[in-house]
Amino acid sequence: MSDSCFHCGLPVPADADYPVRYREHTHRACCAGCQAVAHSIIESGLGDYYQHRQQQAGKVQALPEEWLERLKLYDQSDVQASFVRQENSEDSNADIREAALILEGITCAACIWLNEQHLKRLDGVLSVEINYSSHRARVRWDNRRLVLSDILQAISAIGYRAHPYDSERQEQLAQKNRKSAINRLWVAGLSMMQVMMYAVPVYIAQDGEIAFEYLWLLHWASFALTLPVVVYSAWPFYQGTWRDLKAKRVGMDTPVSIAVLVTFIASSYALLSRTEHGIYFDSVSMFVFLLLGGRYLEGMARRRAGAATESLVKLVPAFAHRLPEWPQPHSQETTVASLRIDDVVLVKAGETIPVDGIIVQGHSRLNEALLTGESQAIARQEGEAVIAGTLNLDSPLCIRTTHTGQNTRLAAIVRLLDHALAEKPRLAVLADRFAAWFISVLLVVAVLTFVWWWQRDAEQALWITVAVLVVSCPCALSLATPAALAAATGTLAQRGILIARGHTLETLPQITDVVFDKTGTLTYGTPQVLSQYLFSPDNDAIHRLVAGLEAQSEHPLAKALLQHVGAVEAATFLEVTNRVGSGLEGYSAEGDCLRLGTLSYISELCGPMPNTAWDAPAHATVVALGSQLQGWLAVYALGDEVRDDAAPMLQQLQQQGLQLHLLSGDRQSAVAALAEQLGISTWHAEATPERKLDYVAQLQQQQKRVLMVGDGVNDAPVLAKADVSLAMGNGTDVARASADMILPGEQLTALPAALHLARQTRQIVRQNLWWAVGYNLLALPLAVSGYLTPWLASLGMACSSLLVVGNALRLLQRKPR
Amino acid sequence: MESLYLLIPLSIVLVFVIGVIFWWATRSGQFDDLEGPGHRILLDDDDQPSTRK
Repeated sequence: MSDSCFHCGLPVPADADYPVRYREHTHRACCAGCQAVAHSIIESGLGDYYQHRQQQAGKVQALPEEWLERLKLYDQSDVQASFVRQENSEDSNADIREAALILEGITCAACIWLNEQHLKRLDGVLSVEINYSSHRARVRWDNRRLVLSDILQAISAIGYRAHPYDSERQEQLAQKNRKSAINRLWVAGLSMMQVMMYAVPVYIAQDGEIAFEYLWLLHWASFALTLPVVVYSAWPFYQGTWRDLKAKRVGMDTPVSIAVLVTFIASSYALLSRTEHGIYFDSVSMFVFLLLGGRYLEGMARRRAGAATESLVKLVPAFAHRLPEWPQPHSQETTVASLRIDDVVLVKAGETIPVDGIIVQGHSRLNEALLTGESQAIARQEGEAVIAGTLNLDSPLCIRTTHTGQNTRLAAIVRLLDHALAEKPRLAVLADRFAAWFISVLLVVAVLTFVWWWQRDAEQALWITVAVLVVSCPCALSLATPAALAAATGTLAQRGILIARGHTLETLPQITDVVFDKTGTLTYGTPQVLSQYLFSPDNDAIHRLVAGLEAQSEHPLAKALLQHVGAVEAATFLEVTNRVGSGLEGYSAEGDCLRLGTLSYISELCGPMPNTAWDAPAHATVVALGSQLQGWLAVYALGDEVRDDAAPMLQQLQQQGLQLHLLSGDRQSAVAALAEQLGISTWHAEATPERKLDYVAQLQQQQKRVLMVGDGVNDAPVLAKADVSLAMGNGTDVARASADMILPGEQLTALPAALHLARQTRQIVRQNLWWAVGYNLLALPLAVSGYLTPWLASLGMACSSLLVVGNALRLLQRKPR
Repeated sequence: MESLYLLIPLSIVLVFVIGVIFWWATRSGQFDDLEGPGHRILLDDDDQPSTRK
């Protein structure tokens, strides 16, 4: 019907034949995985999903056997301990459990519906609840009828992935904070509405129109309702002030606390001493409500950004194959946490090494890019040390554990990161500096007013001073920044940049230098087929052979080749063997011997490579396909490619007058080539995490403000150290946790846009602050001279607050279509 | 006008009652997911067999 896959929406290859029957029409799917998922969705009567979904599903990849095997480990009680709750019930036979899961692949509300319906139909599942905002699921099931791995498997059968996550740790704290924020807002809001109702009749009535006793009844009622606001809702402001006082500085919370407490205490005194013109309970509750509202909106935007980093909470008990009776090859699946020093583990090709250790058997090439940024593989053999977190590329290794957990090199980098985060330079926030200045002027004016009136009209002095404090109430001032930040954060989230820390938007406009990492940041970070040359015109036949040979391989180059040939029907091979460092050899059904690997490996089989006009691009790895009967068939050049949008992004940044740096752990030649290609004049190669840190520190000493963009574990300390940092969405967890901004869609062009918006935000914050000052310059003299009535003061305060919020809302921009 | 002596305290009590209701709503998780239920009502098919009671 159409040329895009029925399930995932990706283009369907011309020769793919995976029909899907849905509501009297036949649609096409792009691969067997998508077809299987579509069938299982439609067959279980959940076809409505395709009607309701708003976004295409992700492409489904068939799951490796081993993965399913590992799911079984989740059935063990000790693995379940941290994320499964066992219910106590009177029936001793029942074994009801509840697990917290996090779902990957949710794109719209229909996905939630599909997962819920699908799981509810499993025999033994008692209830499923999925939270659309956080993608978290709670599943209750009866452990006698089915086990957790069945549930996880059912989820992967319809194309999603579920990970257990530790609900106790972070989630609960965040949830508690959120709930108390909502409660405080409710209390302030309810009280504000009701107190206003008591206050308005007092304002509009002429003198003596309301009988004396009723007037005081209204005031007492206001007092009763304002008390919870002052005691409960405004509590976070007092805490903030206390923190600031202990640190001997003045922040935004200080004037707020002073205004709330002084106004409330003076009003209460007026109430007790029956002084009619000293009662401002309505101002107190409205002020607190507006401020809490602004904070709540800001917090909501930040939580959305936090959701991107939530996968950190993911509790993936990393798995390892332990060899308990080494050198006997019998292996046993265990969790990495249970490994002890001197245990021997088997690491297969394509797996990540779980511990620091020494190779006791085997030799292979390792990719340490995660730790060093070096993209080329390094050969390691018996007796040499390996580091946890590196990827084993070629062949199985047996490793004797020397360090586990907190003692590994990986953990050391994480500690370096914590350290850097602690000493990150904090720019004094604009509004805070403003607050310090504002509050001193205000207090001086208040004291002078009191003294002046004391000498003239001692009875009036106190009430005029209170009026001064109320009218100058820093409402507009305290709303100026949070409102603008909330609006800008929302706009950026739509554009594909998530703000994770509060200071980011204020620091961004002051950036002078941008430092980029190479692998995974400016480049894709995974090998791609750069160019190919085919010795025979039959493209499809060759692609089928490549797909057949590489089908079982976990080598990154194999994955790149498989992606390159696309969804073709793989040729069948009788026997595929792997020669380490050279390539693969297999016998086709016709008895032909085929090899896929390095040029010299193919030359051994087919003789020297025929002369061609084809030239491999610089720094590319070249692999070839040859056959005993047909000779040379194809050559492929693979390498890490520069992201499509890297060049336009760098150009825009340069136009904005920023100095660009390239800092990579990769080899000199590779970095130089990239720097030249992208026109970056300052670059450094072979940089260790420590050197990167020094480099940024040096820039900072020269009074420069540094924005760091990176993705790897080795970038994490630098990301934390830089004034502002941006991590790629597919970067490592550590990198994302230490960054101030996250780029989930990996669209680099969003960065210049973010810088632009940050400048706009700063401008609007300034306008707001100036407005707040202007308003006070107008209102203060009136209050000081004793002309301002309470209702006029309240009205002025409300209007100026609304104006400030309205100005900030200009930062909300619709997504350009 | 004497009714005010009854009505104003009543309004205060009412506000506190509403406050408690909201407190209960937050506590029981009514505000946990503000987007999902809106979509769910469009999708749920009542005639679908379900193992849930």
